[in-house]
Amino acid sequence: MSTVLPQEKHELPGYEETQSSVYAFVGNPNCGKTTIFNSLTGLRQKVGNYPGVTVEKKMGEFFSQHGKPLKIIDLPGSYSLAARSPDEAILRDVLYGRRADTPRPGRVVCIVDASNLERNLYLVHQVFDLGLPTILVLNMMDIAAKSGLTIDVTGLEKRLGIPVIACEANTGKGLLELRIAMSRAEIPCPTYDWVSPKKVEMAIAEISDRLLEGGRHSKRVARAESLLLLTEQESIRVQGSSHIVPEVMEAVLRWESGWKREGYDWRGGIVAARYDAISELCRKIVKRQRLDGPSLSDRIDAVTVHPVWGWLILGGIMSVLFLSIFTLANYPMDLIDGWVSSLANWVKGVMPAGDLEGLVTDGIISGVGGIVIFLPQILILFFFIGLLESTGYMARAAFIMDRLMSRVGLNGKSFIPLLGSYACAIPGIMATRTIEEPKDRLVTILVAPLMSCSARLPVYLLLITALVPSDRVPVMTKVGLMVGMYFLGTAGAFAFAWLFKKFLLRGETPLMIMELPPYRVPSLKSVSLHMMERALLFLKRAGTIILGISIILWFLTTYPKTPDATTSTEAISQSFAGTMGKVMEPVIEPLGFDWRIGIGLISSFAAREVFVSAMAIIYSVDQEDDEDTQPFREALLKAAWPDGRPVFTPLVCLSLMVFYVFAMQCMSTIAVVKRETNGWKWPLFQTGYMTIAAYLASLFVYQGGLLLGF
Amino acid sequence: MESKCKLSDLSVGSEGVVEEICEGARGALQLREMGILPGTRVQLVRVAPMGDPLEILVRGYHLSIRSAEAEQVLVKID
Repeated sequence: MSTVLPQEKHELPGYEETQSSVYAFVGNPNCGKTTIFNSLTGLRQKVGNYPGVTVEKKMGEFFSQHGKPLKIIDLPGSYSLAARSPDEAILRDVLYGRRADTPRPGRVVCIVDASNLERNLYLVHQVFDLGLPTILVLNMMDIAAKSGLTIDVTGLEKRLGIPVIACEANTGKGLLELRIAMSRAEIPCPTYDWVSPKKVEMAIAEISDRLLEGGRHSKRVARAESLLLLTEQESIRVQGSSHIVPEVMEAVLRWESGWKREGYDWRGGIVAARYDAISELCRKIVKRQRLDGPSLSDRIDAVTVHPVWGWLILGGIMSVLFLSIFTLANYPMDLIDGWVSSLANWVKGVMPAGDLEGLVTDGIISGVGGIVIFLPQILILFFFIGLLESTGYMARAAFIMDRLMSRVGLNGKSFIPLLGSYACAIPGIMATRTIEEPKDRLVTILVAPLMSCSARLPVYLLLITALVPSDRVPVMTKVGLMVGMYFLGTAGAFAFAWLFKKFLLRGETPLMIMELPPYRVPSLKSVSLHMMERALLFLKRAGTIILGISIILWFLTTYPKTPDATTSTEAISQSFAGTMGKVMEPVIEPLGFDWRIGIGLISSFAAREVFVSAMAIIYSVDQEDDEDTQPFREALLKAAWPDGRPVFTPLVCLSLMVFYVFAMQCMSTIAVVKRETNGWKWPLFQTGYMTIAAYLASLFVYQGGLLLGF
Repeated sequence: MESKCKLSDLSVGSEGVVEEICEGARGALQLREMGILPGTRVQLVRVAPMGDPLEILVRGYHLSIRSAEAEQVLVKID
């Protein structure tokens, strides 16, 4: 097969052998790499993690024209192989065969944005050094044409010596040609060569020799690696990748300190030599036609990042997002609600009454159903975030917000994970992997769960409906309350970020070097796939954690049984859950909460949304004798303290909502933070500070409200 | 007439050619890898609503950098 590397030595470390049926997808962020990956593999994808590090591993499978299964690794997007973040380190280490857990790809598909060829080719240039069989995909040819660029594809093919495919991933143009090219039994290696600065040649020769002695098999790869080692600055090493042998590092450092004394900027020299070679290439194959006036993307930007319009548009987009969650989601939610209750009724009809029937209907169906009903809202949220990302607006939001983020010591890049946390803190926290500075990343992780996630939506919704009767108050009041809760969480996140940066994790203000990609029409397929992927993640939680907790909760509220109890309220007050709630009632009474809310708090410690199903179970038990179909809201409004005062006064609802704004209450987040910070220290700290903040904020709201006479 | 100034001091809409990037500046390597090198033509496109960061046009694409970083880049206005 067409591997270029001579493989006579096998006894030494390194995972250099390549597999020709494994393709690596490599490219800059925003080059359309993932869209092409999705188009080729569809749903035949596996998303996991590289062991030991917190980088998402995306593998996909597709079939060649001859029906042969081929694997694709969608490597993290990067601008350079000189790694600055764990994601970029993974890209580098997989391509260099430094990881035992991932086969070294035998072939590379480099994807570039044709409208921005020079900068995109920088990474490709580094990949060419490796000498692997390569296919170059010029994506976004339509955008390039619109911006007046004509690219000589055959000329480029000739100069590089590899197949070059013009492509428009959004319309599917060129994908068939890519599939055919990837199906070829033989793919040539790039014949392209470039001249590195004379001054570093001696160093490269020595370092290459040491690499070859240390186990590298191919001269070409050794040379590429030497160049990379000389370019990298404070290079990131990740767990699970093989180490650079000390003899090599010694040589690198010796040369570097020599140059430093001389005052020679070798890194700048290497980068400049590459860009010179790329500019030379582009001069020959790209024809630039001067266009009159600014591009469409530029004209859009003139509005979207305008000092006045920019804020209005950002605010408008957020409002549309939340408004659509309230209105659009209602129809599918009613449908699901109907299905859940008819399923429960059907089960009640076919199963003999008793404990098992109670477990299935009151425990499982009402518990899980109470969460699944919020799926439409979560889908809408994920869809919107995917849409903002793929249109390019997300980068503009970061651009607008950067100054504000820098006030609390973060940068605009933290804005994206935080905005993502409005949907769910888990993907939000996972998105912090693109933040290079470890301290900024940690601060972002610590405050991300304060952004009101979709799991809080059910709680807010329940409490808002309990708080304001929908028939008398316009929908805008509810929206206002909801926006208020989101605002409170956001303000809390900023305040805590500032505190942490100021006192706990001091560090330099991070850099903010970010591309503003041209606006593009989003690929609905990619956005939908992204949405489904995230929703499945959520459902997995609903299916496992929430199912488990619903069953435990049903058990706690049902047992021990009190045969002499005359009402179901009495029965639940005698149950395990009732006992637990009563034990903690003195602690939460200053917040306006009774023991039943205490049960809700305990059970929702694992996941916030469980509060709703907990309340559903507690009150459906409570109200069973009256009427089965009684709406949830009325059940809540009927709840009373022993002296007859209603429990769910507007003030208590507000106090409870504020509690949920700040409280951690999410097992999955704790687990993710543990994995992302490699230990229990930070998740425990986070849970502690959030719970205390929740208690104090709630106390302030309730006691303050009482003083003001509410 | 030729004059030199910091990239951060360019007026919106004007362009220049990079003369040098201060030695040891934070992010100097990253700026270079993104294509900002001596001899590269850069244009200050606009400034974010709150005055920072800056949007610059380099090698045909748009890049956002903070003025603190732009201060490290000297440009020649022609």
